[in-house]
Amino acid sequence: MSMNGREKITNKKRLKPAKIVWQVIVYLLLITGAIVMLIPFFWMLSTSLKESFQVFSFPPKWIPDPIKWDNYVLTFNSLPFGKWLVNTVIITASTIVGTLLSCTIVAYGFARFRARGRNVLFLVMLATMMLPSAVTMIPVFYLFKSLGWINTFYPLIVPAFFGNAFFIFLLRQFYMSIPTELEDAAKIDGLGTVGILWRIIVPLTMPALTTVAIFQFNGAWNDFMGPLLYLSKPDLYTLALGINFFKSQNDVQWNYLMAASLVTMLPSLILFFVGQKYFIEGISLSGGIKG
Amino acid sequence: MQNETTPVVPRTIVPVKKKKLTAARKEELTFYALISPWIIGFIFFIVGPMIASLYISFTDWDLLTSASWVGFENYIKAFTGDPLFWQALKVTMIYSIFSVPLGLIVSLGIAMLLNQAVKGMSIFRTIYYLPAVVSGVAVMVLWMYIFNPQIGLLNTILSYFGIQGPGWIFDPKWALFSIIIMSLWGAGGGIIIWLAGLNGIPNYLYEAADLDGASRIQKFRHITVPMLTPTIFFNLITGIIGALQTFGQAYVMTKGGPMNSTLFFNYYLFRKAFEEFDMGYASALAWILFIIIFIFTLLVFKSSALWVHYEGERK
Repeated sequence: MSMNGREKITNKKRLKPAKIVWQVIVYLLLITGAIVMLIPFFWMLSTSLKESFQVFSFPPKWIPDPIKWDNYVLTFNSLPFGKWLVNTVIITASTIVGTLLSCTIVAYGFARFRARGRNVLFLVMLATMMLPSAVTMIPVFYLFKSLGWINTFYPLIVPAFFGNAFFIFLLRQFYMSIPTELEDAAKIDGLGTVGILWRIIVPLTMPALTTVAIFQFNGAWNDFMGPLLYLSKPDLYTLALGINFFKSQNDVQWNYLMAASLVTMLPSLILFFVGQKYFIEGISLSGGIKG
Repeated sequence: MQNETTPVVPRTIVPVKKKKLTAARKEELTFYALISPWIIGFIFFIVGPMIASLYISFTDWDLLTSASWVGFENYIKAFTGDPLFWQALKVTMIYSIFSVPLGLIVSLGIAMLLNQAVKGMSIFRTIYYLPAVVSGVAVMVLWMYIFNPQIGLLNTILSYFGIQGPGWIFDPKWALFSIIIMSLWGAGGGIIIWLAGLNGIPNYLYEAADLDGASRIQKFRHITVPMLTPTIFFNLITGIIGALQTFGQAYVMTKGGPMNSTLFFNYYLFRKAFEEFDMGYASALAWILFIIIFIFTLLVFKSSALWVHYEGERK
């Protein structure tokens, strides 16, 4: 199409018919895709507000009538939902603290200090990302069982304090992009390694740390395998386990189940709307590996 | 002789060298101090368990009584005496072979669409990324409802067109396919990496192609695709590693059924370990899975020389 070339040279402002057609096609595709993406959410919301018998009516009503807001109250009251929520918050918050602490320190080490074996260790760390969790699952389970940690939150929290290969990699890439002048100046002023890390690096890399915190939040909040392995008392369940438990009850009551699922998804959704740019920054950084 | 001169040299150099060494040594110690949390975790949660797991895979162990050495029996059993092992392998392979490339194509398609210069793009970007934000059991439960043959979303929509939908996850013929569809809904998660890749393509390449009169398709085929191969490579590797370890969908949605049609390898392994307490066999399965993942990753890496194009790399 020589048209494109001519278009650029002659008239930049006026839209050519071909271009308008193209834009219409793009919009049509975009809108169709957007409906596909959104419809499950809408369906979930709609069901969660339906009267129980309405769930099974056919053809289904897309907008429930009447709108049963108290389905959410009923869901909360009929289940130890509040308890599961608290458990999930405790575990998630602790792992975020652990992850941020450990990954900041380790990534700083990898980014700034020369040592024999550093590159090999870094490669080994990257390689561990390939290791399927199934390989370590049984011995680690046995280790925690021997420590008497079954039906406690420790097996879910403690490992976070020993770093996470992906986050260490992410932060290390970020640190590498920061010029060392500030640190050199601070060193001359007599600031030690910990001081530099805490007073210079951490404030400078807040966006990256926020990204890590958001990713860790989503990971821990939605973790299923971990709680499934270590928590068997319903009182200790996380939301993920709780919903699975609720689902496997005799009669599935879809309206309540959808309400519970929606509440579980809500923090991730809110976090995404608030912190969109951190998602994007973090992921484009991780996309920068490229072989 | 030589020996007479050599002592002189160190005497003058050693003090200087020693000072340098201590600075380097200090740096080295700081390095190891800083990364020590990871080293400890690596020993206790990765290397130690790996060795233990390898050992367990050669034993018969139920977690309570002491393990007894059985040599290669678990591995032999898997390959020759356990039809479910092959079923699990087949299910996982079919799922990976379809869901990974389809996921790549869908997410690249979305990314290219989102990369068009039209108004309101940031809203669309948010919408397309939304399914990838939520994950875990809540999403699986939602999809169980969507797949419900009587009152589910899919069959409701199909009924508007007069189509009687299948049983989805309740039909052995459709169950695995259903889980692939579900995985595509979340494919938008990859778009940001694609967008980063697309933005990294220098504009002058397209301008030059325009001058040469290249069509949209030609530009896609000869500029976009080659320039995106590093991104394809990254997404392919992470996609394969993830797909081969699928677990939740089987555990939450289908329990591996119906008729073992969604018996994912990782789920089968979990069942052997924590429902049947056959730790030796489960560990053998874990190592087989590891080797499979390793081979696939290696193949992609080795093949990358043939198809991944790095700008600025000399051939």
